[in-house]
Amino acid sequence: MAEVTLTDITKRFGDLTAVKDLTMCIEDGKFTVLVGPSGCGKTTTLRMIAGLEEVTQGEIRIGDRVVNRVPPKDRDIAMVFQNYALYPHMDVYNNLAFGLKLRKAPKSEIKDRVQEAADLLGIKDKLKSKPRELSGGQRQRVAVGRAIVRKPKVFLFDEPLSNLDAKLRVQMRTELEQLHHKLKTTTIYVTHDQVEAMTLGDRIAVMKDGVVNQYEAPQETYDHPVNQFVAGFIGSPAMNFLPARVVRTSGATKVTADGFDLTIPAARAGEFPEQVIVGIRPEDLDGPVSDEQNVLIVHVTVTEQLGHALLVHGDCGGQQIVASLDPHRSVTIDSVVHLSVNLETLHLFDFESEETLM
Amino acid sequence: MMESRRFISRTPLHFTILVFAAIWLIPTLGLLITSFRDPANIAGTGWWTVFPKLFSGGQYSLENYIGVLRGEGLARSLLNSLTISVPATAISTFIASFAAFGFAWMHFGGRKILFMLVVGLMVIPLQMTFIPILPIYSKLKLAGTFPGIWLAHTAYGLPLTTYLVHNFMAGIPKDLFDSASIDGASPFMTFWRIVIPISVPALASVFIFQFLWIWNDLLVALVYLSAKPNVAPLTVSIANLVTNRGQDWELLTAAAFVSMVLPLVVFFSLQRFFVRGILAGSVKG
Amino acid sequence: MLQSGRWRSWLFVGPALLLIAFFLVYPTIMTIARSFFGRGTTLFGPSVEFVGFKNWTYVFTNEIMLTALRNNALWAVLFTTCTVGFGLILAVLLDRVKYEKIAKSIIFIPAAISMVGASVIWKFVYAYRPAHIDQIGILNALVVAFGGQPVGWLIQRPWINNICLIVVGIWMWTGFCMVILSAAYKNIPKQLLEAARIDGASEWRVFRNVILPLLAPTAAVVATTMVVQVLKIFDIVYVMTNGNYSTEVIANRMYKEMFNFFNYGRASAIAVVLLILIAPFMIFNIRRFARQEGSR
Repeated sequence: MAEVTLTDITKRFGDLTAVKDLTMCIEDGKFTVLVGPSGCGKTTTLRMIAGLEEVTQGEIRIGDRVVNRVPPKDRDIAMVFQNYALYPHMDVYNNLAFGLKLRKAPKSEIKDRVQEAADLLGIKDKLKSKPRELSGGQRQRVAVGRAIVRKPKVFLFDEPLSNLDAKLRVQMRTELEQLHHKLKTTTIYVTHDQVEAMTLGDRIAVMKDGVVNQYEAPQETYDHPVNQFVAGFIGSPAMNFLPARVVRTSGATKVTADGFDLTIPAARAGEFPEQVIVGIRPEDLDGPVSDEQNVLIVHVTVTEQLGHALLVHGDCGGQQIVASLDPHRSVTIDSVVHLSVNLETLHLFDFESEETLM
Repeated sequence: MMESRRFISRTPLHFTILVFAAIWLIPTLGLLITSFRDPANIAGTGWWTVFPKLFSGGQYSLENYIGVLRGEGLARSLLNSLTISVPATAISTFIASFAAFGFAWMHFGGRKILFMLVVGLMVIPLQMTFIPILPIYSKLKLAGTFPGIWLAHTAYGLPLTTYLVHNFMAGIPKDLFDSASIDGASPFMTFWRIVIPISVPALASVFIFQFLWIWNDLLVALVYLSAKPNVAPLTVSIANLVTNRGQDWELLTAAAFVSMVLPLVVFFSLQRFFVRGILAGSVKG
Repeated sequence: MLQSGRWRSWLFVGPALLLIAFFLVYPTIMTIARSFFGRGTTLFGPSVEFVGFKNWTYVFTNEIMLTALRNNALWAVLFTTCTVGFGLILAVLLDRVKYEKIAKSIIFIPAAISMVGASVIWKFVYAYRPAHIDQIGILNALVVAFGGQPVGWLIQRPWINNICLIVVGIWMWTGFCMVILSAAYKNIPKQLLEAARIDGASEWRVFRNVILPLLAPTAAVVATTMVVQVLKIFDIVYVMTNGNYSTEVIANRMYKEMFNFFNYGRASAIAVVLLILIAPFMIFNIRRFARQEGSR
């Protein structure tokens, strides 16, 4: 069990900078998710922590030990790969035992640990099988098992659920959560799937172009994204972004565009530039229309019935938006609807810098 | 391939194939049948005349084989062929595996260029190497010895063998190495306990391919074994037989067949590996 | 790449590199040098005198050498076209019959036996008996059966005997070409051929405009491999005729100069000629290989 500290980590591949001045601290026993689109540097960061990539600049500590120059096998970490990386010629038992055997652990201890891990993951009856005889989910369990038997200080996961079908992914996600709850090992988890990030992480680090944009608890990230990128990345369907003008009239601040004219609650108002981007989550358009003032006027183009929600796609003053409404509402294509806006969760972003204003 | 059968009329197709198959089979068949006939019959009538009475026993015997193995010393040559081929192939495959792994997965200066050089050397004609090496061999007393020819065959086979094994090893997923690295395996451990077991099919193909190549070799044996009869392999002995007993077909056919049995057995039982060895690196996918 | 000290890598590739340096690199350089020196059976030393280009003149003007060069050219052209050509035809034809596997094995068997063995087999096929007694070689038996006179196949110079030798080579190596071309052929997506047929192409057109172009790269590789093989051809000629009756080839010449005439100087020059002839194909192979590796 240990804390992992990254200080000013930079990784360059020739002319390309994959990770830029990354500083973060993953607390002991916590589950941190690195999430972001392809090429954002999350896997590179993970591999640097593992010791599979050299750090160009900066310092990595596991516990209070600087590990920049320490080879992977001496860092007391374990890693689960996207393609599982099981040794095809060894049976499950030996796959699990390999790392321990290399460390010359006594036979009885190996047996105990392997049985324990197999028990925990429900693969006890597969110990004599070879990887090719297992299903995707079972292989994934073996890969996780291999990490568990080592009882390392840190678990590293590199998109472990990406190769599973949707249903299995949901199941494995909950199993990983339960596992973490049981073992309480410091975990760093990389994924491009924001649902996995939200559900699994104690804290999530949203990355883009080698830089961590926000590193906070999931709910905090959802409620208070620091910029437009984070706001648009977290939450599904994604937040709607609508360009608008800020208009200050006597006592009230409004944001206006072709499809709406919203009054910002006094408590939330502040110094805003003239050009802004308004951010509204689809689920925040579902309220009752109390006053005709704070609504979006939407010309409906497509509706998608999900069962638990009704997705309405439409045009609002020239901008495409999505709303997530109660499934029993009836909305017809080509009609014009007024959708009420939740002013408490309204977001404003600076037009230039994309930073959050409100 | 159901549809295409309509487009080439069947009779000419089968006929052409039959003609090819006949040309390919008949010569060997002639050899085989003749090797069991006695000299008088061989000299008197063509071997195809056995066909009407193909299976009547009286005309066949193993005389020729006994004669050639005992009388002409081919039993000794057979042993020599084995003594030359097996160790040479084993050593060659062993060294090539290490080298292929080094080139595929280890990090050192000039790796790419050195590897291209090794593979490029595949095409050097062996004739370019004999003259400088033989005097050195004489001095080291390696000329005419088995270790001498083992080394030579190993070296000559290295470019192709390394290339083929490298081809396979380079395709092993990188994840496996990362995982082994984290599990704590040293490069040697990774090589010995993970890469080699996984590479067994490729190594088997390469081994068989090399083995047949060395078993069937004539030139290297002629050069390095100084035509000393007691270490000569089958190829050299038979070549000599052709020169000295050129008309004694009963001996020649039996001798030729003795040299062919092992390769044919290997070929038929392990054809899969043999073919895979040839295809490795020739065709993508 | 594996994390490891550089020196460990050298342990892995070292033995191979050493063997190659001693058995391939060093001798190549030395042989080239030796070709400028005279007779003798040592590499260098007091008894060996510098003769400049004398050996080279010999190689390109001596009658027997010229015969050998001519023969190698004949081998190169005939052997390569036939092995690749037949290999291609067989690859395509056999794909369409049920007994493909057996047929392929039959064609491929000669690749497993030694060229010495093949030489004995075919020497027997070519066996000659004077006209008044029964033939024992099947070729002459056929000739006689069709009313002709028996032929001394391996003695008829200058073309017939050479072609007879080349036939042995073709017999041995067609299977090799066939196997490789067959694999390449089966790699062609069936849908491509079906699309062409639907577009109205006849079988011949499909072969010429779709199959051939797609197989061309593989055929080129196979062809270069064959040419390199054939420039070095030795066993068949050594065993069947030993170069007599105008069938001499370069590799056999080199062997004779070395072991029969003890002229290492000339032998070196001949060896270098082989190298020069093979060099363009070597470059082609290396380039192709570098391209492959570049994408890794």
